[in-house]
Amino acid sequence: MKNLVFILLLLVVLSFDAAEGEEFDFFEAKIRPVLIEHCYECHSVESGKAKGGLRVDDREALLLGGDSGPAVVVGEPGESLLLSAMRHDDPDLEMPPRKPRLSDSISAYFETWIASGAPDPREPNAAASGPAGGRAPGWQDHWSYRPPVSATPPVVEDQAWSQTTVDRFVYAGLQAAGLTPSTEAEPVTLLRRLSFALTGLPPSPEVAASFTSENLEEIVDEMLASEGFGVRWGRHWLDIARYAESNGKEANITYPHAWRYRDYVIEAFAADVPYDRFLREQLAGDLIDASDDAERARLLTATGFLALGPKGLTENNPLQFAADVADEQIDALSRGMLASSIACARCHDHKSDPFTMDDYYALAGIFKSSETRFGTWIDSESNHGSRLISLPALPGQLVPNRSLTKTELDDVKAKLAALNAEEEQNKKTAEVARAEGRDMQKDFNTMLRDALRIYWTRGPLVGKLDTVDAEGRALPLCMGAVEAEEMVHSPRYERGEINHPTDPVPRGVPAVFSLASEGPVPETVSGRLELARWVTDSEHPLTARVMVNRIWSHLFGEGLVATVDNFGPTGAAPSHPELLDYLAIRFQENGWSVKQLIRELVLTRTYRQASTWREDGFEKDPDNRLLWRHPKERLDAEVIRDAMLAVSGELDLSPRPASLVAELTSQSVGILSLNKDIPHDLDGSLYRSVYLPVLRDQMPDILKHFDFAEPSLVVGRRDTTNVPSQALYLMNSDFVRARAEGLARRLEKESSDPAKRMRRAFEICFNRSPDARETELVRDYLEATDDPDTTANEMLIRLCHALLASADFRVAD
Amino acid sequence: MSIETPFSSRRQFLRSSSLGLQWLAFSALAAKASAAPTGLAPKTGHFPARAKRVIFLTMRGGPSHVDLLDHKPELIKNSGKEAVIGRDSSGARLLGPAHPFARYGQSGLQISSLLPRIGEHADDLCVINSMHTDVPNHSPAFVQMHTGSFQFLRPSLGAWTVYGLGSGNENLPGFITLNPPAGDGGAQNYGSAFLPSICQGTRLGGSQLPALYAAFLKKQEAPGPPMKNIANAHLSTAEQRRQLDLIRSLNEGRLSREPGQPEVEGMIESFELGFRMQSEVPGVLDLGAESAETLELYGIGKGADSFARQCLLSRRLIESGVRFVEIASPEHWDHHALLSTNLQKSCESVDRAVGALLTDLKRRGLLEETLVIWGGEFGRTPYAPGLDGRDHNHKGFSLWMAGGGVKGGINYGATDEIGYEAVEDPMHIHDWHATIFHLLGLDHKKLTYNYGGRDFRLTETSGKVASGILM
Repeated sequence: MKNLVFILLLLVVLSFDAAEGEEFDFFEAKIRPVLIEHCYECHSVESGKAKGGLRVDDREALLLGGDSGPAVVVGEPGESLLLSAMRHDDPDLEMPPRKPRLSDSISAYFETWIASGAPDPREPNAAASGPAGGRAPGWQDHWSYRPPVSATPPVVEDQAWSQTTVDRFVYAGLQAAGLTPSTEAEPVTLLRRLSFALTGLPPSPEVAASFTSENLEEIVDEMLASEGFGVRWGRHWLDIARYAESNGKEANITYPHAWRYRDYVIEAFAADVPYDRFLREQLAGDLIDASDDAERARLLTATGFLALGPKGLTENNPLQFAADVADEQIDALSRGMLASSIACARCHDHKSDPFTMDDYYALAGIFKSSETRFGTWIDSESNHGSRLISLPALPGQLVPNRSLTKTELDDVKAKLAALNAEEEQNKKTAEVARAEGRDMQKDFNTMLRDALRIYWTRGPLVGKLDTVDAEGRALPLCMGAVEAEEMVHSPRYERGEINHPTDPVPRGVPAVFSLASEGPVPETVSGRLELARWVTDSEHPLTARVMVNRIWSHLFGEGLVATVDNFGPTGAAPSHPELLDYLAIRFQENGWSVKQLIRELVLTRTYRQASTWREDGFEKDPDNRLLWRHPKERLDAEVIRDAMLAVSGELDLSPRPASLVAELTSQSVGILSLNKDIPHDLDGSLYRSVYLPVLRDQMPDILKHFDFAEPSLVVGRRDTTNVPSQALYLMNSDFVRARAEGLARRLEKESSDPAKRMRRAFEICFNRSPDARETELVRDYLEATDDPDTTANEMLIRLCHALLASADFRVAD
Repeated sequence: MSIETPFSSRRQFLRSSSLGLQWLAFSALAAKASAAPTGLAPKTGHFPARAKRVIFLTMRGGPSHVDLLDHKPELIKNSGKEAVIGRDSSGARLLGPAHPFARYGQSGLQISSLLPRIGEHADDLCVINSMHTDVPNHSPAFVQMHTGSFQFLRPSLGAWTVYGLGSGNENLPGFITLNPPAGDGGAQNYGSAFLPSICQGTRLGGSQLPALYAAFLKKQEAPGPPMKNIANAHLSTAEQRRQLDLIRSLNEGRLSREPGQPEVEGMIESFELGFRMQSEVPGVLDLGAESAETLELYGIGKGADSFARQCLLSRRLIESGVRFVEIASPEHWDHHALLSTNLQKSCESVDRAVGALLTDLKRRGLLEETLVIWGGEFGRTPYAPGLDGRDHNHKGFSLWMAGGGVKGGINYGATDEIGYEAVEDPMHIHDWHATIFHLLGLDHKKLTYNYGGRDFRLTETSGKVASGILM
């Protein structure tokens, strides 16, 4: 509908702007010069003055008027104070003050102008406002804005337990509260915990059988080197990157090439790309040197981070759209990488935040000097078309998008040419009619219909052409960002409102922490590379702390700073500030290696504690902030699903090529349910869950029910809910039933003895044998069926189903 | 099929699990427990309740009270003048309402002309004009409105209500939230925090409701279950009960091995509830049973009508015994710019359906015992930093409540002359929560939950019941 209005306006402007132009001519010739010469000095944004509360530098301000009332009342010269002041009608209100009265002819012009509706082409100007508020006083006192300090680890009495530095910090905290750590978890418990945490999969019964605490390091290294590690930890980053394969919002249009960024992230974690490098690649990969085409492709794909966000594709105002895209990018990068909400400074400075409006608009300039390529095209849903980035061709490269045959290509080109010609013709007809002064009313509907049809059918054709080369061969494409053709500074928008621009702010990196990497950027570049260098500056107080805290929270259930996405003054204070700093410094010293940090953490005694509840711990520290035990955690949605596939023996560990979304022919998510080839639960595959389609507002059932990260937001920590819809999914969904059937098949294949099968089922699902009570329960269940027609196979399936639905299956101890 | 665990051992089990279920001792449950041994059994409160259930219509974004519910002649008179008080008001000008107020009903309550259908019920509305909250930012204020705290993870209003009163239908969750917003605190707003997880809001939404609506619209072509996974294709009810008993026994085994696992207790409860929901939910969610007149009243079947459907569904849910239903408005009320046109749009998106809901509740005799709440996390400034928009204002704002024992046709409390700050009978979020609880028959000071050695309550350490609004 918005589109329709847009087209309507387009048409109106197209057809009737001559008359409007004449009216503005009068304003430009007779009115504006007078206002500038005699009034602006005291009544304009430019002068910074609005005496008597009045500005005259845009129409709205004139109509709104000042303390004495509206300056201009449209169509009513007699009631317009502007005119009476100019004529010196009222001795208390004579303008300009202390100067001779303006000539009668000037007054007459103003009278004519007001009587004819006061047409005024000036863009609404900013409300007069004071100078920028600047950084909040005392912001430097907040812990996270000060550089990490290397503290001497405390000396603790229990040297035996506190073998690592991490343990010494934790132990000291416990001791101060009169608590002791818990005993070490059972080996098999620890193995399951590690396996879920590092690979997102349960250990096989064989690995569990051979595992002892002695080969802990060995098994940790194996897990870190496995493909599963990239999948599991890559997915954590995708939560931060608000990764999705569709736009969401009003125009939910697919991003069929988003999967390349997903694969890039998984590979980066598997290869342990240094974290600072990883961030630089995502902000400015296109500007980083590449050794070969493969590296170039990887670096371009990395910038997908900037293009994946939800966008207001129905927005008609291009300035607003550009501002919103930049805003979303600033928000994602500042929350995701710095756990700070710089985007909050879009409208005004804040009392306690170091980041100011000027910082914000300096960053906005960087993104407005970059071209975000997200690859949607204009159609009835979207007003914004965008190209994609063409990747270098590589051997063995996957290109799922379709090539066009010669005939198809010619056909697309011909259609496009015909539409363009038709539009030209229609415009010409309109112009001729206008020149002849003919009444266009009766043709209006036809013209509108034609214009819409052309506008909407051309978009997809242009979009299609952008995905193929001159011969129609499908191009390898990715979403991302590149330098814009023109480098710009963003105006500072008062209140964040697009129609209130004030002076441009030179684009640059916030000069807040006194780092060498801060300040304005060269004229010839966007500044993304400079921004990337600032974010990863070794002196930056936030970047390393934020990431070690994220890693900590994934391993220990809760961050040292509980608000993992908010390190600002409204966030939580760290539970162990010295430990956080120790880890941040160490992380950088180890070359920002994520794997080394994880390795160090999971080998601590802290991590290896049992998760058993303890009354003394609970009384003194109910939230376990001091880590007197390991938390018990419900597994993430993907882990639940992958574990079911793993135990049923159906899991396909190979990376899914591309994505279901890449194979869809329509770009609209809204009509997905009409496509009978797509499973109703958007699942139906046997690949790891990270490869399921991530469509905003249309998530696969299992992800939706088990608290998947909302893909429009930066989510460092997922919710954990416990609601009956989860129970219904586990009891009744096709997916879980199919896994139960798979597990039953596996058991039947592995053994023919019912007792052995039952034992084996427990070993596969829980890495342990059933105890006496469980054995009895299961035997009773299998024997007591009321329905004589139920086969042994069906009963085995139902048993397997019960095991998959049990708490043991989805809680890690 | 009987449940295998006999009640005596169940009670032992409840007692032995050292956490999470001690709340069962809270009320008169013991007598009813043998019939319905779950946390959802209806309970009586501390004193007789005026309201038995709540429909909470959240208008996210901060609806402008000075345009909608708080009529300020001084503000209208001085519109355009420089603002002299208020946060970030330097250089801003006072801005009167863009659309006129009108008088409605016998009471002559002044409400915006943008809300005519709601206005029809003026004599049932208690407009609270003196609301105030602690922070002017959406996310924390929205969370505080729901949980009392913007800093800490605390149970939500709906969860506390279910904790205090149980559900009126043991086959349905006590607290249902329809299409809740993902942002602004997300699941915190219907979460149970440290309360037993059975108190948590069950979310209906995402693809569930659209699918349901689709099923309804094309009822002839696509019958089938209205909610996914609500039926089992392979097992009879009796066989499913046996399977569920096995799962339950396995889970109880886990509990007996280790104490202190409230999340597992929650899983057991939610399986039981899920099982019972299978028999109840399809009927409740099927709007097909509604008359054409009712559908027309709500405005269903006309374009983007999902909010209208939610309103109707909320009536069906409370009618079926759900204790607390929450609906989120489809429009965001954060009108920093283009206030005059966007406010109208927001009002149009809710007015008809909310008016219809009140009419419908009333004619069914449900309004008397149903507390309907309409409001957002804060209000807006009486001054415009730009030209046609308002900033957030947490120091004074308005919301209305109807039914459930509140006085109708009144304004309660007041802001200053221009509507900036609550000055007469100020009602903090804690006071408001205390008052809602009072209407529900709960004493906000007594409805506590011991967690980690401390008694927590929704109203933290304050909260005063506004007796002036009680009928």
